[in-house]
Amino acid sequence: MNFLIEAFKPACSISIKFSDGKTRKRVPIKRENGQTLLAPLFRNQENIAGKITIEPHQGKRIEHNGVKVELLGQIEMYLDRGNFYDFTSLVRELDVPGDIYERTTYPFEFSMVEMPYETYNGVNVRLRYVLKVTVSRNYGGSIIEYLNFLVHNYSPPPSINTSIKMEVGIEDCLHIEFEYNKSKYHLKDVIIGKIFFFLVKIKIKNMDIEIRRRESTVTGATNHVETETLAKFELMDGAPVRGESIPVRLFLSPYELTPTHRNINNKFSVKYYLNLVLVDEEGLRYFKQQQITIYRLPLQDT
Amino acid sequence: MIADGVEDEEKWLAAGIAGLQQNAFYMHRALDSNNIRDALKYSAQMLSELRTSRLSPHKYYELYMRAFDELRKLEMFFKEETRRGCSIVDLYELVQHAGNILPRLYLLCTVGSVYIKSKEAPAKDVLKDLVEMCRGIQHPVRGLFLRSYLAQVSRDKLPDIGSEYEGDADTVVDAVEFVLQNFTEMNKLWVRMQHQGPAREKEKREKERSELRDLVGKNLHVLSQIEGIDLDMYKETVLPRVLEQVVNCKDEIAQYYLMDCIIQVFPDEYHLQTLDVLLGAFPQLQPTVDIKTVLSRLMERLSNYAASSADVLPEFLQVEAFSKLNNAIGKVIEAQPDMPILGVITLYSSLLTFTLHVHPDRLDYADQVLGACVKKLSGKEKLEDKKATKQIVALLSAPLDKYNDIVTALKLSNYPRVMEYLDSETNKVMATVIIQSIMKNKTRISTADRVEALFELIKGLIKDLDDAFHDEVDEDDFKEEQNSVARLIQLLHSDDPEEMFKIICTVRKHILGGGPKRLPFTVPPLVFSSLKLVRQLQGQEENPFGEEESTTPKKIFQVLNQTVETLSNIPAPELALQLFLQCAEAANDCDLEPVAYEFFTQAYILYEEEISDSRAQVTAIHLIIGTLQRMHVFGVENRDTLTHKATGYSAKLLKKPDQCRAVYACSHLFWVDDQDNVKDGERVLLCLKRALRIANAAQQMSNAARGSAGSVTLFVEILNKYLYFFEKGNPQITVAAIQSLIELITTEMHSDSSTPDPAADAFFASTLRYMEFQKQKGGAIGEKYEPIKV
Repeated sequence: MNFLIEAFKPACSISIKFSDGKTRKRVPIKRENGQTLLAPLFRNQENIAGKITIEPHQGKRIEHNGVKVELLGQIEMYLDRGNFYDFTSLVRELDVPGDIYERTTYPFEFSMVEMPYETYNGVNVRLRYVLKVTVSRNYGGSIIEYLNFLVHNYSPPPSINTSIKMEVGIEDCLHIEFEYNKSKYHLKDVIIGKIFFFLVKIKIKNMDIEIRRRESTVTGATNHVETETLAKFELMDGAPVRGESIPVRLFLSPYELTPTHRNINNKFSVKYYLNLVLVDEEGLRYFKQQQITIYRLPLQDT
Repeated sequence: MIADGVEDEEKWLAAGIAGLQQNAFYMHRALDSNNIRDALKYSAQMLSELRTSRLSPHKYYELYMRAFDELRKLEMFFKEETRRGCSIVDLYELVQHAGNILPRLYLLCTVGSVYIKSKEAPAKDVLKDLVEMCRGIQHPVRGLFLRSYLAQVSRDKLPDIGSEYEGDADTVVDAVEFVLQNFTEMNKLWVRMQHQGPAREKEKREKERSELRDLVGKNLHVLSQIEGIDLDMYKETVLPRVLEQVVNCKDEIAQYYLMDCIIQVFPDEYHLQTLDVLLGAFPQLQPTVDIKTVLSRLMERLSNYAASSADVLPEFLQVEAFSKLNNAIGKVIEAQPDMPILGVITLYSSLLTFTLHVHPDRLDYADQVLGACVKKLSGKEKLEDKKATKQIVALLSAPLDKYNDIVTALKLSNYPRVMEYLDSETNKVMATVIIQSIMKNKTRISTADRVEALFELIKGLIKDLDDAFHDEVDEDDFKEEQNSVARLIQLLHSDDPEEMFKIICTVRKHILGGGPKRLPFTVPPLVFSSLKLVRQLQGQEENPFGEEESTTPKKIFQVLNQTVETLSNIPAPELALQLFLQCAEAANDCDLEPVAYEFFTQAYILYEEEISDSRAQVTAIHLIIGTLQRMHVFGVENRDTLTHKATGYSAKLLKKPDQCRAVYACSHLFWVDDQDNVKDGERVLLCLKRALRIANAAQQMSNAARGSAGSVTLFVEILNKYLYFFEKGNPQITVAAIQSLIELITTEMHSDSSTPDPAADAFFASTLRYMEFQKQKGGAIGEKYEPIKV
C-alpha cells in the first residue's frame, strides 16, 4: 500500500522562503475555507527575494524541463469563476532542463516590483499576489507550488481633506444638518461630527450611522454592485427637539475596512459611504449617504 | 386594562432584571479572569437592558440601581487594570466601540471616572467630553438616568477649590460649567417628557415627572456643595444661568420645583445679596406656577435667617430687602391676573411675617403690606373662600404675635380695613384672637382713641354685622365670646379720670348697639368699670383743678343711669335692678342723695313693673333690703318712703315663708348699728311680730292643706332675729317676749301634728346652746341673758 501512496505523492517538496522572512511583518489573511493564516506583507516596488528549495523524496530523481518562479498579481472574479486576470506577471528561470537528484536551492529576486494594487478579499472579487514555482515535466505533470503574500500600499495624508457638511430634509417634516470633520479617513481614524436638528416633526426613535462598502465589479459587459454594511453605530436614542445637536464619534479601528479602491485594472472598485439613518416610531427609515475615502497610513497593518 | 398594564410592567421588569443578572454573571467571570474584551462585551449587554421603553420611571429606577451596583464593580476593575499598566486612554477609546449608544455612554462615564482619577488628562476635559457625549440620549427617562449617573460618578471628582483635581488648567469655573451644563440638559429632558405621548395620559405623565424631579434637582444640590462658589460667582454665573434655564423652559412643574430648589439649597446670605436677580425671575414664570408657595418659602427662609442673628440685620437693610420683596410681589400679582385671592393673601402674609422679623421697628412697612392687601381685596365681595379667610386671620395675627401688643397693631391704619373683608364668622374669630392677645399680654389700653380703634377691630363681637342673625351660632360659643368682651372691658383702664371717662363713653357708644343678647354681658363690666372710676374720684379731693368740664361722679352717674336703663328695655330687669342698686350704693358713698334716690326709684319701678316672677321677686327684695340697709345718705323722709315701700313689697310676696323672711329682714331697715338716727326699736318689734303672725299663718295653712304642721324653722329664724336685736340693746325686745317665743317653739315641736324636721331641731338646739353660752360668758351680755330660762 505504501508503494501506491508513494506513487501519487509529488516527487519532491518545494519550499519558498523570503530572504527577510524572519523579520518581515506578517498579517492574517482569510482563506477560502475560513481559516486565517499569516502571510508576509509587501509594498509596491519592494524587492522580493528569497530562496526556493527543491528536495526530491527518498533519493528520487526528478527529470524536468526547467524550473521557474513567477510573481503573479491576479484578479479573480467569483461571478466569472475560473477566470484569473493577471495584471502582473514576472518570471525568473531558475534552472535549465535537466535532473535534480538532491536538495537544490535556487535564490531568486524580483527587484522593484510594480504592485500598484492592494490585496483585496471582497464579496465578488479577489485580488491576490502569489509566487508560483513550477518544475516542468513532460510526464507526471508539472510540480507547482504557490505562496501567497500580501501587498498594502500606503498613502500620505491627503493634502486637501475638507469636512463634509450638508443640510438635508423633508419639507415641513425633518430638517437636519450633518457635519463630518473630514472626507478622507485613514483606517484607524475617528469620525468626529455632529448632527444638528433644525426641524423635527416626525417621532424619531433613534439615529444610527452606518459604514457601507460598495463593491462594483465588471464582468464582461455586465456591471455588478454589492453593498455591505460593515458598521452600525447608534448615535442617538430617543427623539430630539429643534435646536438639538448630537455628537458623532466613531472609531474606525474595530471594523474591517480597506482603503478605497478606484477602478482597479478596470475590473472593480471599492467605495465607502457613511450612511446616516433616522428611524421613526413606525420603523420608517430616513437616510442620507455620503461617500468617504479611506486610505492607509504607514504602520497601520493589523 | 390598567391592571394588565401594571402586571405587564412587573413582567418586563422581571425580565429586565433577569437579563441584567445573567450578563452581570458573565461579566464577573470575565472580570475574574481579567478578560477585558469579554468584560466590555457583557457589561454592554447588561447595560442594554436599560434601553427598554416599557418601564415607568419608578420601575426603571429599580433596574437602574441594579446596573449601578454592577458598574461600581466594573469601575473597580478598570482601576485595577490601569494599575496593572493598561492605558486608561486606550480603555476610554475601547468602550466607545460599543455599537449601542446607551451602554456605550454608561461605560464611558464609568471609565471617565477612572480617567479623571488617574489625572492623566485634566478633569475638565474629561468632564466636558462626558457631558457632551451624553447628548446622544434624547429619550427623556433614559437620558435623565444616564446624566444622573454621570452626576453621581463625577460629584467627588469636580475640580473644586481645595479638591485634588484642581489645577492650573482645572478651576472651579470648570466644575460649575460642567454641573450647569448637565443640569440644563437634564432639565430639558425632564420638561420634554411633558410633551411626549398622548394627551390623555397627562396626569400619569405628571406623576412620573414628579418622581423624577429629584434627579434634576440633585444638580443644584451638587452646585450648592461646591466650595469654590463664592458670592461673586454665584451672582455672576450660577444664579443667572440656572434662572435662565428655569425661565426659558416654560414648564410649570419644573419652574415650581426648581425655584423652590434654588431657595432651599443655596445659603440665605446669597439669596439676600441676589434678591434682585432672584425676584426678577418670578414674574417671568408661567402664569400657572404656584409662585405664592415658593415666594412664601423664600420669605420664610429670610425671616428665619433674620431671626437667627441680629448681626445679619444690617445686610437686610443694606439690600433693601423689604422694598424689593414688596415690588416683586406686586409684579407677580400683576403678571398673574388669575392668581386666586388666596395666593395674594398668602404672599402678603409671608411678606408681613418677613418685615415683622426683619424690620420690627418699621410699622409703616407692615401697614404698607396691609394697605397693598386691602387694595387687592377692594372691589371684591366679602371672602367666601375658607382658606383665604384663614390666611387673612394668619396675616392679621402675625403683628399681634410679634409685638405681643395690640397697641402696635392699632397704629396700623390698614388693619381694620383688612378685617372688613372677612365674613362675620371669621371676623369674630379674629376679634377673639385680638382679645386673647390682649388678655395674654395684659396689654394696657389707656386712651379713648385706642379704645375706639380697638372696638372698631372687634366690632364683629360687639354687634351683628350682617342683617341676618345667624341662628346657628352655638350658645356656648356666644357666651364664651361675650365673656371675653366683658373681660376686655374690665381691662381698659387709664389712671387719668378724664381719659378713663372718655374710654367709658367710647365703650358705651360701641356696646349699646350690641342688641338684647349682648347687653347683659357687656353692660355689667362697663358699669363696674365706671363705678371703679367713681370710687377713685371719691377718694380724691373733689375736682382738684376746679375745671368745670372735668369728670365728676355726677356726670358718671348720669351716664350710668342711661346705660343701665337700656338693660331694662331689652328686657333684663333683674340685672338692671342689681346694677341700679350697685349704682345707688356708689352714689351713697359719694353723698349724692338725689342720685341715690333716683337709682332706688329706678330699682323700685323695675320691681313693680318688670319683675313678676315670684322667685325673682324674693331675690330682688332681699337685694333691695340689703342695699337700703347700708344707705346712710338719705334723709328721714326719703328713707321712710323707701323703707315703707320695701316693707310693703315684702308683705306682698306670694309664698308665706318668703313673706315672713322678707318681713323679718325688713326689721334691719329700722335698726342700723352705726347710724344713731336709725334705731327705731318699736318698728323693729312691729316687723318681727308681723313676721311671727305670718309664720303662724304659714303653719296653719300648712295644717289645713296637708294635715300636718309645717316646720318650725321660721320661728327659730325669728327667734334669732329677736336675740340679735336683744343683744343690740333694742329696748322693745324683752326677756318675756323671747321666753314666750321659746315656749311657743317647744310646744310646736312637741305637738302631735308637727312633722319631724331634724334640720329645724338642730337649728333650735344650737340657738339654745348659743344662749346658754352667752349666759356663761358673763359680763354685760351674760347679765342680759341671765333672766332667760332655757
